[in-house]
Amino acid sequence: MKNLTRALLGATALVAAGFAAQAETITVATVNNGDMIRMQGLMDDFNAKHPDITVEWVTLEENVLRQKVTTDIATKGGQFDVMTIGTYEVPIWGKQGWLVPLEFSADYDVDDLLPAIRGGLTVDGNLYAAPFYGESSMVMYRKDLMEKAGLTMPDAPTWAQIKEAAAAMTDKASETYGICLRGKAGWGENMAFLSAMANSYGAKWFDMDWNPQFNGDAWKATLTDYLELMNNYGPPGASNNGFNENLALFQQGKCGMWIDATVAASFVTNPKDSTVADKVGFALAPDTGKGKRGNWLWAWSLGIPAGTQKVDAAKAFVEWATSKDYTALVASKEGWANVPPGTRTSLYENAEYAKVPFAKMTIDSINTADPNHPTVDEVPYVGVQFVAIPEFQGVATAVGQQFSAALAGTTSAEDALANAQALTEREMKKSGYIK
Amino acid sequence: MSTQASRASARLMISPAVLLLLGWMIVPLAMTVWFSLQRYNLLMPGMEAFIGLDNYEYFLTDPAFVTAIWNTLALVLGVLVITVIGGTLLALLLDQPMWGQGIVRILVIAPFFVMPTVSALVWKNMFMNPVNGLFAHIAKAFGLQPFDFLSQAPLASIIGIVSWQWLPFATLILLTALQSLDREQLEAAEMDGAGVFSRFFYIMLPHLARAATVVILIQTIFLLGVFAEILVTTNGGPGTASTTLTYLVYVQSLLQFDVGGGAAGGVIAIVLANIVAIFLMRMIGKNLEA
Amino acid sequence: MSRAVTPRRKAITTVLAWIVGFLIFFPILWTIVLSFKSEGDAISAPLNVLTSTWTMESYEAVQERSNYFLHFWNSVVISFGSTIAALVIAIPAAWAMAFVPGKRTKDVLMWMLSTKMMPAVGVLVPIYLLFRDMGLLDTRTGLVIVLTLMNLPIVVWMLYTYFKEIPSEILEAARMDGATLRSEILYVLTPMAVPGIASTLLLNVILAWNEAFWTLNLTAAKAAPLTAFIASYSSPEGLFYAKLSAASTLAIAPILILGWFSQKQLVRGLTFGAVK
Repeated sequence: MKNLTRALLGATALVAAGFAAQAETITVATVNNGDMIRMQGLMDDFNAKHPDITVEWVTLEENVLRQKVTTDIATKGGQFDVMTIGTYEVPIWGKQGWLVPLEFSADYDVDDLLPAIRGGLTVDGNLYAAPFYGESSMVMYRKDLMEKAGLTMPDAPTWAQIKEAAAAMTDKASETYGICLRGKAGWGENMAFLSAMANSYGAKWFDMDWNPQFNGDAWKATLTDYLELMNNYGPPGASNNGFNENLALFQQGKCGMWIDATVAASFVTNPKDSTVADKVGFALAPDTGKGKRGNWLWAWSLGIPAGTQKVDAAKAFVEWATSKDYTALVASKEGWANVPPGTRTSLYENAEYAKVPFAKMTIDSINTADPNHPTVDEVPYVGVQFVAIPEFQGVATAVGQQFSAALAGTTSAEDALANAQALTEREMKKSGYIK
Repeated sequence: MSTQASRASARLMISPAVLLLLGWMIVPLAMTVWFSLQRYNLLMPGMEAFIGLDNYEYFLTDPAFVTAIWNTLALVLGVLVITVIGGTLLALLLDQPMWGQGIVRILVIAPFFVMPTVSALVWKNMFMNPVNGLFAHIAKAFGLQPFDFLSQAPLASIIGIVSWQWLPFATLILLTALQSLDREQLEAAEMDGAGVFSRFFYIMLPHLARAATVVILIQTIFLLGVFAEILVTTNGGPGTASTTLTYLVYVQSLLQFDVGGGAAGGVIAIVLANIVAIFLMRMIGKNLEA
Repeated sequence: MSRAVTPRRKAITTVLAWIVGFLIFFPILWTIVLSFKSEGDAISAPLNVLTSTWTMESYEAVQERSNYFLHFWNSVVISFGSTIAALVIAIPAAWAMAFVPGKRTKDVLMWMLSTKMMPAVGVLVPIYLLFRDMGLLDTRTGLVIVLTLMNLPIVVWMLYTYFKEIPSEILEAARMDGATLRSEILYVLTPMAVPGIASTLLLNVILAWNEAFWTLNLTAAKAAPLTAFIASYSSPEGLFYAKLSAASTLAIAPILILGWFSQKQLVRGLTFGAVK
């Protein structure tokens, strides 16, 4: 009898311990963009499905977040169980073995992920992060202003056509600027745009021997055209305008065109904040006929650092947040226009979602971007609007400063390119890429 | 008049502070110096190697280095001049009898309470933006072209923002110094026929000197490390027009997680900052003795 | 027997002072105004801002999204904790340096200040590694330690300056009356220095409250103070001024209130040379 009691007690203890051990807390680090905030508001659904997992949030602005999670994962600080990272970090960290390779259940349907995005998050056949939302870039334009100018925007314009449209739509006296583009210095700000634009001009960051290419004709043409567009048809103070500033300008009706992230589409067509919500048309990012368009590729994704103790709980969360069910949940609560875009093929085959005005252009843009072959010529790196090497952040920000100065008029285009070439060479030599 | 006993106990009392600060300084400093001699990038582990003074050489030969030093000096001096002079004037104003002195005081002190990131964002977007900012609207109302502050005069704009943040501090310290001034001396001078200006220069100013010294010393320390404001407004640009030494260390190292390079930059920054400090102490240190 | 202050002079001074005060305070006022607007209104032209609808939606959004009270409490603990710790260490040190100055006192003071010269960006990783190994990451204790050490030189300096103002005759008199060192500090020095200590306390609390580098980098979810709260509203993709204004107002309100109530202390704190 004694043995039975002991056994029963032991079993109860085990079960109780099992239960208690299962009540886990995971710390999720995320960016403070709208879609992530929305996810935090929908946590009831997750808690219902996984009552034993508590989630603590760390929500920060992109640059601060990147610094924190990178420092943490590189020093194995162990502060986070799930990190929101992008297609820049994943190739680098995956190669280092810092992320847990992700495998999901069958009904997650991992093959449903858009190939371009999935490719950007896979290293050596392993998926290292699950995409939460993906974006490319495209042209957003004012249909009414184009009509007034007597022009029509083709679905796949060239840069020459963009120039023509910008000239026609500009009326500085009434504060209408033909085109608004990023000018704020930063590797993720103006350089994201300019690198993608350069791709469409046939330019590249480095040749196969890692020599920087700013002294070539292709980059010169890119920068010259960019400056021409912005100086003649752009808003004042453009050298400090990033995504948010241009968004504000567009929503106030001051821009004729805006070439930027596809996620902006949901903002500019939202009548709550945008005064031109019903007047926006979409087109693919322009090209010069060389075979690559000026659109980029980015996906904010959820990854699990390799040292975490709570892999199962973290995986459960990642699976929930990037599943088809989550998409349906957002659609039911906030409408299809607010669903996290750009991750799954099934979303774009959904009849409901097709009604969203920017859906088609978004998926077309994403599908034409290939991070593994971003440029016209062959290159030793991956990444469309960035180069997936650790040195890129610092170098690109410094180059971005030069180009921003050229836009502000404090440096000439030639000097900006020369400086960019010199500082990139210096950095590449220091890091050992070139002698 | 300090006895042996009190000297010994004095040393005992200072020791916790000294020991703690010693530890706080030595341990990270030692680690920093150690890292500065290595090639250590967080994103490329396993490649650490001793490379001697290469990091230092790299940092010092950066074309932006000299510009950064000049910008740092300009920033510190600019803010000091504005806050000390402005602070003195404000202190004189607030010292006068008036109604609602308490409220005005709080209004003047308030900018010091706001987080630097927030004030920078407010100034950048709500005031200095050439399309939507308040200054732009005022200019347009007068028919003038709005001035693009952050592109055309980046360092001056940042000096302006930082001065706004630190003016309360200077005003406060100078005001209280003023209020502790012996009124009888002033009245006697007035009765002797001294005018407003000579009263100010010969009586008030010397008295304020010590307070001004404290203001200058403390502000210099913080101004040398100004970072958030630059990050939020101009990112050090355009070009390198508003890059200070601290910001250069950030761009060169933290931004690409180059711990070795950052450490070298940090050590160089400490050396330069100490030189500035010694200069300062030479110039105004005697004010603290009296 | 001073020159009479005419009501006219007082009126002019008052008007002038109020104008100056208003101008200086204006950016903060504007932030508070924007916090009561919707996002779209917040970026529109200034006059439009004043006449558009007032709404609490930004505050509601902030309330829903973040745990204000957790961050607030963390800020309080960290700011006051580090300040009190700094005072406990600094008061004896400053006393010793002010009243028993040795040959090396000046140098020690200078050296203390120089420890603040190290740019935080350069030393982030070593500290992060240290804290990781000591298990201090994302703890309030860790932050209190860092902020205490960071601000200790300032606290020592300010206290030293105040203590130097106190006439040593009074202390000597106490000593000759037979007071021990401990009672000399506790019963004679401290009461006279209370204004100075109070203003140092307030200034240090403000500095710690607004410190945004270490508090962001050494915390995650548990110990994050208000600076992290603000950072979660700054520069996301999309319009954010109204929400950021609301968050900022919530973050600076406690300090403003504290400052309002203690301003007499703050102002009376420094006596710079007046001998009573």
